[in-house]
Amino acid sequence: MVKAGDNGAKKERPIREAAYNSGKPVPVVYGPDAPDAAYREKLGAPGEYPYTRGIYPTMYRGSLWTMRQYAGFSTSADTNARFHFLLGNGQTGLSMAYDLPTQLGLDSDDETAQDDVGRLGVAVDTVEDMAGVFEGIPLERVSVSHTINSTAAIIQAFWLIAAERQGVALEKLRGTFQNDMLKEYIGRGTWIFPPRPSMRLVADIIEYNAKHCPRVNAISVSATHIAETGATLAQDVAFPILNALAYIRELTGRGLHVDDFVPTMSFHLSVGGGVGPFNLLESIGKLRAARRIWARTMKEKYGAKNPKTMQLKFSTGNCGSRMAAREPLNNIVRQTLFTLAAVLGGTRSVNMACFDEAFEIPSDESIRTALRIQQVIAHESGVADTVDPLAGSFALEAVTDQVEEEIQAIVDDYESRGGIVPFIESGEIQRLLARQAYEHQQKIAAGEQVWVGVNKFTSEEEDRMSAGEGLYEMDDSTLEKQKARLAEVKAARDAGEVAAQLEQLQRTCESKENLVPCLMEAARARLTVGEMTEVMRGVFGSYMEPSVV
Amino acid sequence: MARTEKRIRVLMAKPGLDGHDRGVKVIIHALRDAGMEVIYSGLRQTDAQIVAVALQENVDVIGLSVLSGAYMGIARRLMARLAEEGLDDCLVILGGNILERDVAELKSLGVAEVFNHHADMAEIVSYIRNNVVAGAA
Repeated sequence: MVKAGDNGAKKERPIREAAYNSGKPVPVVYGPDAPDAAYREKLGAPGEYPYTRGIYPTMYRGSLWTMRQYAGFSTSADTNARFHFLLGNGQTGLSMAYDLPTQLGLDSDDETAQDDVGRLGVAVDTVEDMAGVFEGIPLERVSVSHTINSTAAIIQAFWLIAAERQGVALEKLRGTFQNDMLKEYIGRGTWIFPPRPSMRLVADIIEYNAKHCPRVNAISVSATHIAETGATLAQDVAFPILNALAYIRELTGRGLHVDDFVPTMSFHLSVGGGVGPFNLLESIGKLRAARRIWARTMKEKYGAKNPKTMQLKFSTGNCGSRMAAREPLNNIVRQTLFTLAAVLGGTRSVNMACFDEAFEIPSDESIRTALRIQQVIAHESGVADTVDPLAGSFALEAVTDQVEEEIQAIVDDYESRGGIVPFIESGEIQRLLARQAYEHQQKIAAGEQVWVGVNKFTSEEEDRMSAGEGLYEMDDSTLEKQKARLAEVKAARDAGEVAAQLEQLQRTCESKENLVPCLMEAARARLTVGEMTEVMRGVFGSYMEPSVV
Repeated sequence: MARTEKRIRVLMAKPGLDGHDRGVKVIIHALRDAGMEVIYSGLRQTDAQIVAVALQENVDVIGLSVLSGAYMGIARRLMARLAEEGLDDCLVILGGNILERDVAELKSLGVAEVFNHHADMAEIVSYIRNNVVAGAA
């Protein structure tokens, strides 16, 4: 065995020191003494095509993955305080949760929004709320992930203007907008417009960011929600890849080449979600297989020349369907296993559901514990000291190949039938996942799939969390506070300018022009999410769910 | 019994803005497998829409699924509207992410039963069978 990573480690990025218990240094990467053709074709060194072993030569010896727990609630001031708390505890990036009204294009004073203002995320009505969330947080240094989809173009405009107010140049900004509409129809449910205009909005953001703010990932093609809706392990990579290929066609249809924009696309892959049993090795193999499939698809089918186009960059997480409500502290162990799989699979960022996920949005204690899990794995396990440490294991390589074949078969099947979009529009994908979720539930009910503390090794103990102890408590004054804030912003605006901006937005929606610059102007004029969405709905129409059960 | 000859009609509904629908679809499958006739509302229904469908479809049961935590306001408005429309005999059950401490208040509003995390599908089926008012429809 030699230190095969040495050649890749020549880059300017400093390498973190690491030693075994014996005091001997830990090599950055192990590999074959003499790499043969099979090794180069299937694995390659880390940082080399087909990137099975990772997209960077030094991975976590160069820099650890980004630790980013999902957070946000109530008003911008409350979320600003939570962000300062997380950064103060050593978190290295932010992940912003928006409340449902913001995600659905409803202002906080909308009658249908009243139960949900500030409940599951922060209420953002105008650019003023966005600026408030990031008060005292330098956007030049902290990357921010935004879980926003239907209204992503509007919310990104708010964020860009908030950064502009901090004096940060667009090209220096780092972050990610989820902006993945197809999976909203499959499983997450925050759709507003029909799929076709939604595809345009997604593509507008990708096209804009690739040109103007290339370090802001314009999309996070998401597996987690698809998994939690009821996908198998292979489907939860295959369906996001199919979605990504649909977006890519939207952009190549505008005359762009994949190298022009795919480097600004990222993925959010799932570990520990979905149906069927969790398996640590299979999950690691899945992440490695995903990288290999993506590299080959981009190079061989789409003629990519830029390595960045071929490198599948992904964060990893799950939405918590395996977080049990019974004996919830056991969930800490589950999240440790899931995080370990993500890290051994070469993720770039981790956010996992918290141990109280089944009850409420996380308390300070549970979100800190979720962060500590990552920190313990990073600093007390040694798994971050060697790149792709399990490579070459008979079991792992076999399971990587096996999962790759399963994913590729699903991708090829839908691609040969015109891509995934028609099957989302008809509800076929949704029907399939709902059926699988039911079958999974039947296996849990019958005890065929073990869930410790739930259907096996159970206790009669009354849980403190079921009674509501130690949980996050929503502040009852949020709605009134937010409505007052919105009224104040609205009162200070120039009515003529607002009307002019709304008219301009309508014209741009009706044209084929990219909507992003126009939405940024509207954001500057402090138009609200609801006002802009209403204009867009007038032009684009509303989505009607197909019958799926 | 005569009741077993008439199929129980259930409206499964997703009120409010919550988009989590894995659970409601699982329950729909389970109720259908148990021989019930189930109508699904789809996402983001207002209480007025839910009551209108319940009236039109002449259902015996309304099953609400809420995973956003916003259940109290929803239950309060929906139960009031059901009473206004004379649908008091409709069995209303609630499932999802419901805190134990809120169950008593929900029941005082007229919600017949709450099925929380890990509720057994078979338990929900038998609860409905045992509690639908015979011949109500």
